[in-house]
Order: sequence, then C-alpha cells, then structure tokens
Amino acid sequence: MLLSTKNILSTKELTKQDIQQILDTADSFKEISTRAIKKVPTLRGKTIINLFFEPSTRTRTSFEIAGKRMSADVINISGSTSSSVKGENLIDTARNLEAMNPDILVVRHHCSGAPALLSQFIDSPIINAGDGSHEHPSQALLDLLTIRSHKGDLAGLKVVIVGDISHSRVARSNIRAMQTMGMKVRVVGPPPLIPPDFESLGVEVSHNLREAVRDVDVVMVLRIQMERQNQGLLSSLREYSNYFCLTSESLAKARDDVLIIHPGPVNRGVEISLDVMESPRSLILNQVTSGVSIRMALFYLLLGENNANPN
Amino acid sequence: MQTLIKNGWVIDPANMIDGSFDILISDGKIEAVVPHGKISASKIKGAEVINAKGCVVAPGFCDMHVHFREPGHEYKETIETGSASAAAGGFSSVAVMPNTSPVNDNRSVTELILSQAKKTGLVNIYPIGAITKGLKGETLSDMGELKESGCIGYSDDGKPVMDSELMRRALEYSRMFDLPCIQHSEILDLTRGGCMNEGVVSTELGLKGMPVEAEDIMVFRDICLLRKTGGRLHVAHISSGGAVDLVRQAKAKGLPVTCEVAPHHFTLTEEACRNYDTNAKMSPPLRTNEDIDMIKEGIRDGTIDIIATDHAPHDLADKQVEFDNACFGIVGLETALPLTLKLVDEKVITLQKAVDLLTHQPCRIFNLDKGTLGIGKDADVVIFNPNTKFTIEPEKFKSRSKNSPYKGWQVRGKVLHTLVAGRSVYSDQNE
Amino acid sequence: MSSTLLNAKDISRAINRISHEILERNNGAEGIALVGIRTRGVALSHRLKEKIESIENLTIDHGILDITLYRDDLAEGIQKPELRKTEISFALENKHIILCDDVLFTGRTIRAAIDALMDFGRPSSVQLAVLIDRGHRELPIRPDYVGKNFPTAKSKRVQVLLDEEDGEDKVIIQEQSK
Repeated sequence: MLLSTKNILSTKELTKQDIQQILDTADSFKEISTRAIKKVPTLRGKTIINLFFEPSTRTRTSFEIAGKRMSADVINISGSTSSSVKGENLIDTARNLEAMNPDILVVRHHCSGAPALLSQFIDSPIINAGDGSHEHPSQALLDLLTIRSHKGDLAGLKVVIVGDISHSRVARSNIRAMQTMGMKVRVVGPPPLIPPDFESLGVEVSHNLREAVRDVDVVMVLRIQMERQNQGLLSSLREYSNYFCLTSESLAKARDDVLIIHPGPVNRGVEISLDVMESPRSLILNQVTSGVSIRMALFYLLLGENNANPN
Repeated sequence: MQTLIKNGWVIDPANMIDGSFDILISDGKIEAVVPHGKISASKIKGAEVINAKGCVVAPGFCDMHVHFREPGHEYKETIETGSASAAAGGFSSVAVMPNTSPVNDNRSVTELILSQAKKTGLVNIYPIGAITKGLKGETLSDMGELKESGCIGYSDDGKPVMDSELMRRALEYSRMFDLPCIQHSEILDLTRGGCMNEGVVSTELGLKGMPVEAEDIMVFRDICLLRKTGGRLHVAHISSGGAVDLVRQAKAKGLPVTCEVAPHHFTLTEEACRNYDTNAKMSPPLRTNEDIDMIKEGIRDGTIDIIATDHAPHDLADKQVEFDNACFGIVGLETALPLTLKLVDEKVITLQKAVDLLTHQPCRIFNLDKGTLGIGKDADVVIFNPNTKFTIEPEKFKSRSKNSPYKGWQVRGKVLHTLVAGRSVYSDQNE
Repeated sequence: MSSTLLNAKDISRAINRISHEILERNNGAEGIALVGIRTRGVALSHRLKEKIESIENLTIDHGILDITLYRDDLAEGIQKPELRKTEISFALENKHIILCDDVLFTGRTIRAAIDALMDFGRPSSVQLAVLIDRGHRELPIRPDYVGKNFPTAKSKRVQVLLDEEDGEDKVIIQEQSK
C-alpha cells in the first residue's frame, strides 16, 4: 500500500507517513510542470471524473491539469450539467458514473459528508475536493507543501488561521493535517465565526489579530463569504475588516520571515490588503503551483494503490 | 372464546400486581388474574393455553408518540404496517401524530384514521389532533371537534408552536376539553439549517448544529405560559438535561406538566452521527453523555413520566442521502422494549417501573382506559422474555421502513406474544 | 546461492575502458552529457563523468532520470516504486547523451528512459552505456558501451552492488528467490 487509505476524504484519516509520502511525491512532480513538455505518460488510459456539485474554477482546473499532465483522460461534470438538477439522487448519479469505469472520482459537494456517503457505494477511489464545511484535504496538503518548501521542516512551526473558522473546510483540513505534522495552530476571528468549544480540537482561540500573529511562522488568511453578512454572523464587511483584515499594520508585531498564505480566491481589502498580498512574504501564487503537484501526487499514489490489487 | 396465560410472571403496575399469576381471558376481557394453578380446571375447559413460563406478562405497551404517515406518505408507513410494527414491539395502543398529508386538524382526517385503524384491526389507534390548522402555527384548530371525533391530545409535532401568544391560547382553550397540549420544544431561530446537536462532533463534521438551548428555552417558555393559563402541557421527546431540570422544578411547584423520553435519547449520543450516519439524525438531536445522565436521573426520580418512541419511519430514499438532506427520525416501536430494559440492567429503574413507564403512566396522562390487567378490562396483553438475547436486524422489521441506528446491537428482551382484546396480533416466529 | 561476476577491480577497469570508448566514438568530450538512470545508473554515470573529466580536463553536463512515471508495468501493479526526482538542468539540444544503467536486460527500462529524455528536448543522439548486458531483450535495443556481456538464464538474478549505494563494488549472480 502506498497510502493507508483508499480514498482521500479528510486529512483526519491520513497518517504522518501518508502526508510525508504525498508531500515527497508532490515534490518530485514539481519538476514536470516546469518542463517544455509538461506531460508524463504515467496514467495513460486512466479516466478521472471531476464531479463538482458546487461551482469552482481553480480547484477543478487544478485537478484537471494534474490529471492531464499525467496523461489521464479528465472529464468534468458540474452540478448544473449533471442530473442532480433533475432530482436524481446523489448515489444514483455516482453509480451511473461508476458504471462507466472511471479510475478516480474527484467530488466537490455543498453538503458535508457527501463524499463519505459516496464512498460507501462506490469502488473507485474518491478524492474529496471540498464538502460543505467539513474538509478540503488537497488544499491542506498543498498548503503544507508550500510551507515546507519555504521552511524545510514542518514540525514545531506555529500557524495562525484568520477568518471564518466555523464554515471553513480549509481550516478543518489544515488543523488536522498540521497537528499530525507536529505544528501548532491558533485560530483568530470574531466569536460568531468560531464554533463554541473549538479548543477541544487542540487549537488556541484568539479574537485579536495583532497579538495572534506575534510569534507565528505562517499566517493563513481565509476567504470571507459575503453571505455571512446576511446570516447575521457579521455586522458588516467593513467592520470585519477593521478587526480582521491582514494589513502591514496588523502584521506590525509579526516576525519578519512570516509567510502569508490564502486558499483563494481573495477578496482584496476585505480579509487581506493588496500590499500584503503582493509582498514577498505572500505565497499565494506558490500555493496554486503546489496545488497541481499535490493533485498529481494524489492521483499517482491512489492509482498505484489500486493497482496493488490486480484481478 | 377463552385464553389462559399460565406460568408467567405478571407485572401490572396499575393494579400493583407483581408475581406469579395465571390470567384468564374471556371474550376479549380479563376475566381472572389468580395465583398460579388456582383456576379450577372446569372453568378453563377448551381454553387456548399460552405457556408463559420464564416470561413477563404485562398490559400491552402504550406508545403515545408515533408517526404512521397515513394519509399522505404511505410509502414510508401505513396504519396497517405501523400497527404490525407496534404489535411486534409489544404495543397494543399507540397515539398517532397529526403531521400527515392532509394534516389531522379536522374531523374528516381523524375519522379516516380511525376507520383505517378499524379496518386493520391490529392495535388500538388514538389520533392526536393538530394544535394549529395545517400545523402552520397561525390559527388554532377546532379542538372541540377534534376531541369529539376521537382525538386524545393536541400537538403540532415535528414543528413547535413558535408563536407564544398562540401557545398561550392553545393551553387556555384546551383546558375546556381536558386534553394535553404536546409540544415539540424547539426554538426554530436557533436551529435553522441544523441537523444534529451543536457540539464537538458537529464542529468536527462541519454540520450545522442545533444547540440544546433551543429546547431549554422553549420548555421554559411553555412552563411560564402554563403557570398563567392552567391547562396541561406534555413535553414531547425530551432530550436535554437542562429541560429535564426545568420540568422537575415546574412539577415541584405543582404545575400540570408531564414529559416523555424516547429510547434513543437515553441510549445514543451525538457520537452516533460520526461517519454521517443518517440513521442517527433525529429531532430533537442526539445529545451528550451528560444529557443522558440527567435524563436517567429524571426517569429514576419520576420527572420523566413515560417512554414514547417517536416512531418515525422513513424510506431509504429519505435517509440514503447527504446528512443535510436526510429526514429526521427512526423506527422506534420494534426496539423500544430491549432499549428500555437497558435501564433495568443499569439499575436506573426496576423492571416493574419499566413496565409502568410503558403502560399505566401513558394511559394515566392521556386518560385511556388501557394499560391495565384489571378485571373486566380489554385483554391487551404483552408476553415477553426479559432475558432472551438477540441481535437487532432492521431488515426484519414489520415496519415498512428500516431506518434504525441499532442495527447489529446485541440486546435482551424479546416480545413473544401481543394480544389486543384477547386476540393474538403478534407471536414470535421462533416460539 | 550466489557467485561473483565482477569484483571491484573489474568494475574499475570497465569504467576506464568505457570512458575511453566514449571519448573515441565522440571525438572527445565536446557536446556530450551523461544521464544516469535511477538508482545504480546514477553512480555509474558519476564515475564515468569523473573519469572523462580527468582525462579531458573539462566539465561535462550531468543529469539524473527517474523513469518511474514512464514504466510500462506500472498499470499491472508489478511494483509500486517510490517516485524520486528527475534532475536535468541543461538543454538537451545538440547534445550527445550517454544514458547510463547498471544492467541491460529486457530493454524496457531503456525504452522508458528514452521516452522520458525526449520529453526534455531533442538531443543530437542518445547512446547507451551499461555495466552488464545479460541478454533476453524484449525490445530492439542494444548498448553502445558494455562493461561485460554475460548471457544468463532468465531465471537468474544479476545484482550490481556499488560503493555509493551498497558500500562495496561487485556484481553477483544468484538464483531468483521465489
């Protein structure tokens, strides 16, 4: 077995060895994307289906490029073109797709747990590309890859995650993966956007951005969803920015070598200021590059595992 | 037509009987309950004999909170399949909630339910009428008409009566008919979009939580109203330890409040929702071990009056979906006895008290002349072996639906016979 | 049961000879580059590079190829090889590439290596240097430089041990363990 799991549903079920192997493999894949001919024949003849029930450009594209760079055939099915609008049950949809023998299903869904549900009915490996407020494991892995390539070792690093923790699958996936790798995590945001008893996950909770960034190696800024305003979780985006926008001012007490990451897409001036975004400390574009390598690594490792059981 | 149930251990809390008795049933009525072997042979000549050796013989159980889905959602359950499920669980009487389609908020729906029940002829079915028309929470239903046509209580179950003014009027008006208002206690503002208890597990799973305060606040509000209005408040499926405390305090002040608990609320916690098991999706949601401890204390000290299953059958299509989109509830009738007997195993209550919670107490609250083995009463009887071990297999349920989180549980306490008015409506295949 | 085919001195002599053959064939070291195939081809390519550089007194380009992604047995699940980096940091255009590997057997590894190389550019020519050629080709591939030809039974296993990887230099042949 290359990985301890057949599916990538959450970072919670990945061991330290799994994460290490994924990051190492992704490191090896980085070089392919810098070639003139950005393609290797490894997954020739394999079919990857991107099943997206929620709009997404960058994640879907990243998975698609990753598959294509490995010579797999990648088919995109989005929520609006799939039968879900016709009232077809999620499981029926997936079973129909599986009858066409894909080798991997990449699933994004607005409901937490939808990929886990699918995995009970489907034999093909499933990669969770984001489910509700639950997890987005490939995002966390690419964040770790980005951090590791700048810091060398992950163990002992301190990270602060800023923003809407309650609804963030990126935060959940990162917290688990980072803890597995021996990192320390702090979250910061307004109390309505941090679940009660969040400390039970083993993280520190803060509501003061300036202080929270003081001793950390990495600041991860989350995208703030505009609709939180209408749900009464935020008074206004303007007020949110006053307290939680990452600016050079709010970074005043941070270390000089602090790294800034953001899963994108960015609301400039709401959760992060333009100058911070474009400063050399910001690795936002490196994350996008890492994303392709991570997804290539996941495909490679999952199909490798699948192949371990011929017949 | 006579039936003799002999060699059994009779538990009849209504008549304070607890011992080795034989029961003679004649023409559907209890004719005699006498110490074992004391009935003269001549008297029972030709009687059908049920040997209940090693078994408990009790009044048929009474579940005051079930959903039989008819009319409207017959693909989930019908009065016929629901009755069979009840009989298999040892229940001879059930009260059916009005959230059918159309809603049971008027005479014609009540009469339809009763006529279907009569046609089925398995267990006694008591309709509960809606508190508000169409369960819309806007105007009171015709409570008088509902009572006259056969309803034994009022509830908007599935939904709470959110409007405090309306709830006040419901409690006031129902006084005239001396029937309880059964509240599904949930402040909807706090639970919007929620699908499980708010807590550590909902945080980890990324599911929207339903905080326990939503239940506590509603119970508190209703108790406040009750203090003003009089009337009778029955708190349905209590799941919060805090709400149990509130009911205890209200009872101590002599307020006419009663409450029920469903077996899943003292046997499962929010942990059951891990892996997004939709069979653990309930309303009110499965809570925490602390709540279970407080509920058990409430059962022990009598704060909680009865056990009711909130039998909520759902088709696979309503459960085998994303957790967010799944329906709330489980099949309750066929697992109620063994789950209740766990309380006996854990020494929370005695076996006698367990039978009391399933028979005499519900009938007392709902003014039913049932749940008793008194001489001359309808011979509704359950015979169960409290020691028989078995594995719960939902696929074998008599209910049309199979949604149960108890699949594979090893439990004790098997129903062997259920009699309604002297007639066998269920007997275990292995007997 | 194993027996030694080549010892450390034999290997050293073979490297020397091959270095001279490479220089002879290519009229010097101008325009040549060495590319080692992971894992033991890398050590061989380093030794050849060192030797050639010391003879000609100049620096030649060197690269490392991991052919895992180009294997044709990956889909059959025969092996689940760990993927390591490919490092080719020079342009292949107008270069004579000497591919280096320890043992030439079926030819499938070399096929994969040539495919991989072609994804990096268009070299003037590709030549193949191996320490052992044990026969049993399944593809039309032949070596340009050979340390030792050693026809073997297909069931035997030829193992090259090199100081850089294994702590000693020698080539052994053993029965395939089933």
